[in-house]
Amino acid sequence: MDYGLTAEMLARIQFAFTVSFHFIFPAFSIGTASYLAVLNGLWLWKRDPAYLKLFEYWKTIFAVTFGMGVVSGIVMSYQFGTNWSVFSERAGAVIGPLMGYEILTAFFLEAGFLGIMLFGRKRVGDTLHMVAVVVVAIGTLISATWILSVNSWMHTPAGYGIDANGNFVPEDWWAIVFNPSFPYRLVHTVLAAFLTTAFVVGAVGAFHLLRDRTNRQAQIMFSMAMWMAAIVTPMQIFAGDMHGLNTLEHQPAKIAAMEGHFESHPDGAPLILFGIPNEAEQRIEYGIEIPKLSSLILKHDLNAPLEGLDAFPEDERPPVMIPFFAFRIMVGIGFLMLGVGVWSLWARYRKTLYTNGLLHRAALVMGPSGFVAVLAGWFTTEVGRQPFTVYGLMRTSESLSPVDAPAVGASLTAFVVVYFLVFGAGVFYLLRLMKRTPMVDDDHELDKGPHRAAGINPGPAQEDTIRAGASSHGH
Amino acid sequence: MAIDLPTVWAGIIAFSVLAYVVLDGFDLGVGILFPFFPHRGDRDLMTNSIAPVWDGNETWLVMGGGGLLAAFPVVYGTVLSALYMPIILMLLGLVFRGVAFEFRWRTIRGSIWWDVGFWLGSTVAAFCQGIALGALVQGITIVDRSYAGGWWDWLTPFTILTGLAVVIGYALLGATWLNLKTTGSLQARARTLSMITGAGTLGLIGIVSLWSPFINASYFERWFAFPAAYYSAFVPLMLAGCAFALWQGLTADKHLQPFLAALGLFVISFVGIGISFYPYIVPTALTIEEAAAPDSSLQFLLVGAVVLIPVILAYTGYAYWVFRGKMDPEEGYH
Repeated sequence: MDYGLTAEMLARIQFAFTVSFHFIFPAFSIGTASYLAVLNGLWLWKRDPAYLKLFEYWKTIFAVTFGMGVVSGIVMSYQFGTNWSVFSERAGAVIGPLMGYEILTAFFLEAGFLGIMLFGRKRVGDTLHMVAVVVVAIGTLISATWILSVNSWMHTPAGYGIDANGNFVPEDWWAIVFNPSFPYRLVHTVLAAFLTTAFVVGAVGAFHLLRDRTNRQAQIMFSMAMWMAAIVTPMQIFAGDMHGLNTLEHQPAKIAAMEGHFESHPDGAPLILFGIPNEAEQRIEYGIEIPKLSSLILKHDLNAPLEGLDAFPEDERPPVMIPFFAFRIMVGIGFLMLGVGVWSLWARYRKTLYTNGLLHRAALVMGPSGFVAVLAGWFTTEVGRQPFTVYGLMRTSESLSPVDAPAVGASLTAFVVVYFLVFGAGVFYLLRLMKRTPMVDDDHELDKGPHRAAGINPGPAQEDTIRAGASSHGH
Repeated sequence: MAIDLPTVWAGIIAFSVLAYVVLDGFDLGVGILFPFFPHRGDRDLMTNSIAPVWDGNETWLVMGGGGLLAAFPVVYGTVLSALYMPIILMLLGLVFRGVAFEFRWRTIRGSIWWDVGFWLGSTVAAFCQGIALGALVQGITIVDRSYAGGWWDWLTPFTILTGLAVVIGYALLGATWLNLKTTGSLQARARTLSMITGAGTLGLIGIVSLWSPFINASYFERWFAFPAAYYSAFVPLMLAGCAFALWQGLTADKHLQPFLAALGLFVISFVGIGISFYPYIVPTALTIEEAAAPDSSLQFLLVGAVVLIPVILAYTGYAYWVFRGKMDPEEGYH
């Protein structure tokens, strides 16, 4: 069962697996919640049924995503104790209250108003329903704020003391919550969530425009998504750059790993565009480098010295392979997103936004790009924090529960099987929901059947989906 | 500092766990009862009756865990290590249960499988929670503030019994909830199931109560020492009162009373467990005082808890109010 892997490695794989699966859902639902608030607001303001239709359309998708986010999140909240009990005990007094605030200020808020948002329009009226939609959207952002504060504290711990038992104790809550990397990580992650949603919405819009370029709902979706791509991507690239500079200040070893700098460069470090890190021999193979550019980007000076991994003790260096490649994937996708955003501005200017099939195909391909970029970003920063859980203070190897490898291996196997089964089915259903053509004229869906009156759970929508799918094949 | 922060926090966590048990208890119970309702239409109504509230109900479980991590990190670490397998199984059960709410609407052919998942997930989650309770009651081996027992310590005849008790108890909550929220043949069946699970719950409460003192002598002493003896004298009386209210409500075709009576059974049992535990948080291994996080942590989160928990209760109550009344299968309810 353990394939010779240590309990520590298995527990790390388990955490990486469950948290990666989990984060896919909030990365999408944070943006979708805000998008729904905008759509519902536009419907109430303009009374244009296209917006109501879009709201109902994305609401169902949101409900499925949110449910998966909740259940995979509950797993996370208990995994600290099952696999990382020593970490929980030593850091609990600091990170526990922050998570407590996340639960009190966000989880209950989202859960309390989600029911009204999804099922309650008819029961509470438009105004209170709108309040519920906005509250759910704000709840997702509050949740992100607290959990990113926790995560950032593990990267850049501040405001703590260490007691006689070796436990972290809080000394200055303000410093703990607003630890040095938190503002950067928060902005970078929330913008990433918005972009992830924008590219999914854009891809769904593009998909339906490719079938019928006159579909007004598809036009609205696509246009809104492309505005987001054009405006938010440059902001995100700027925020990412700031985050990188912050990391250089507080976690220089991580930057060295991301950049692939095994050696220090006292007078100007090159930017390694591509290459294959050889960790055994501590060098980059097949590297394509631009001299001095790394120093220019990170220090705004061509000849500024930059520390490589050799500047750090061997047992404090992060692995290089994953941060190096993951970082390049993230940045590459960022620039592709920028390209699509600029292209859409050009198409808009040329008035071909809804007719440019090539742009629509590009947007369709870019649909899942946000998820890939988000996960790549998290792999960069989390692997880059190794070999520590609390950076510089507590090692990952010291954080583990007193568990045996077979127990962790068995639970890891169970998680892998269940997650692929459950979330695989979930993603399949989501794609099928996104395949439905967003129609307004075809309004039977709003009138027929008990569950549709207020647009809840259009259960038998399944049949419509199949029919819509079948008819589209006929074209 | 006049107030004793660790005790206050133990109270808040106990309240969260109780809120979880009674609230998610009834919606897990609805899932446990799925096999007794062969018509898909009935099961649609059953899930719709809990769809708007289940997420809020389950949040109390996260609150219990999160509160434990914040206020009693050592308990969070050791107990979850000790209960490794039942906790993981419970989480996987909750995964199946939680996604089924939406997934069962997204497919026709596959729907029955998500209904099976809903039933199995609910049952496994409930059973594992009962096992966790039983394992805590029978005691967890802790040396030097970390778990020192084996990986199968949680599996004993006693914990299997408590697991079964929680499954049947949740089924009672679910059945009385359905009696409250539905009409017609669905309600009639729920009433019959309430009777059966009610009798089962009372029987199992009795067996567990009689067995516990033999597991750990300190429980025995506690229950027959003052001041707990006052309460212990009243427990059988209060349980009998709830049992009567349950029986009378069901036979007289009352709708709310049986649900409240079932909740009463849970609250009384829960307080009884609390009396057995105090002042320990992990019986005979860790007291509330010695397991507590530093006062600065307890204080920081207490400010938020004192302000926010009443607000949470208010809007949760409002959400229940919005979706009050009987489910109407004709017109649809949402």
